[in-house]
Amino acid sequence: MIVNFAFYVFAAILLASAVMVVSSRNPVHSVLFLILAFINAAALFLLAGAEFLAMVLVIVYVGAVAVLFLFVVMMLDVDFTALREGVQRYAPIGSAVGIILFVELAFVVGSWTIAPGAGLLRLSPTPDDVTNTVALGSLLYTKYIFLFQMAGAILLVSMIGAIVLTLRDRNRGKRQDTAMQHARMPADTMAMVRAKLGEGASVPKLPEDVA
Amino acid sequence: MQIELSHYLVVAGLLMVIGVFGIFMNRKNIIIIMMSIELILLAANLDFVAFSGALHDMVGQVFTMFVLTVAAAEAAIGLAIVVIYSRNRGSIEVEDVTLMKG
Repeated sequence: MIVNFAFYVFAAILLASAVMVVSSRNPVHSVLFLILAFINAAALFLLAGAEFLAMVLVIVYVGAVAVLFLFVVMMLDVDFTALREGVQRYAPIGSAVGIILFVELAFVVGSWTIAPGAGLLRLSPTPDDVTNTVALGSLLYTKYIFLFQMAGAILLVSMIGAIVLTLRDRNRGKRQDTAMQHARMPADTMAMVRAKLGEGASVPKLPEDVA
Repeated sequence: MQIELSHYLVVAGLLMVIGVFGIFMNRKNIIIIMMSIELILLAANLDFVAFSGALHDMVGQVFTMFVLTVAAAEAAIGLAIVVIYSRNRGSIEVEDVTLMKG
């Protein structure tokens, strides 16, 4: 009973904050409502018995992705009110598409049952004697180890890609330029001076680009 | 499993519809569009987890982890593209992105 009540509360907050994400005037408010939506979705995950994924959702989504969104929204110097133009024009089309999509989904959900033999087709049934984290880990590190490594590779590629995209090269570092080194002649940098006995030699002036 | 599967399906379906509606409504603001995509992916994850709980099968949760990975990578790359685009053009209007006339 209390579980059902909690489910309805979390689901209602999740849907309301999702509506606020797409309809808020200020993008910063949108990101904050997105964080609220993620936290409520994590609560729904908990109610479905996926404790580890709920915590991952809070840590990865709220802690990393939503904060990344927040940084970008606050860093960009963009006139966000100009971007709100045309909302009234697009709202009817969006509502029509949304309603059609929801009616189709309702048809699918309404006339659908789990096949009687579905229990036999389970790939890896949930063990009863261990916690969710242990069950997930013992599956992820054995049966799905290659997919797990692949996920790590995807994250590595995306990290390198994001760095490469946003790196601004301001020619600050001292880098080796091999072509310039090969084109360098002795006359550019060196001058033979015959110094007389008992006198010093005044150093001739070097060319501009070398000095 | 105390909560019926259909309740989860209705919530996830509504969440996905809200995400699609957000994409249509904020046609110009790429950041809100990306947040709507995150909402749609969250709806997919909710479905995976609900089915995993209802069928007592762990594979749904494993797949949810991979969906989370891809969603995080997508957000990082997308926001990097938004940052360099606004740095180059001073605007992030989606309708301005016609440089390549694709």
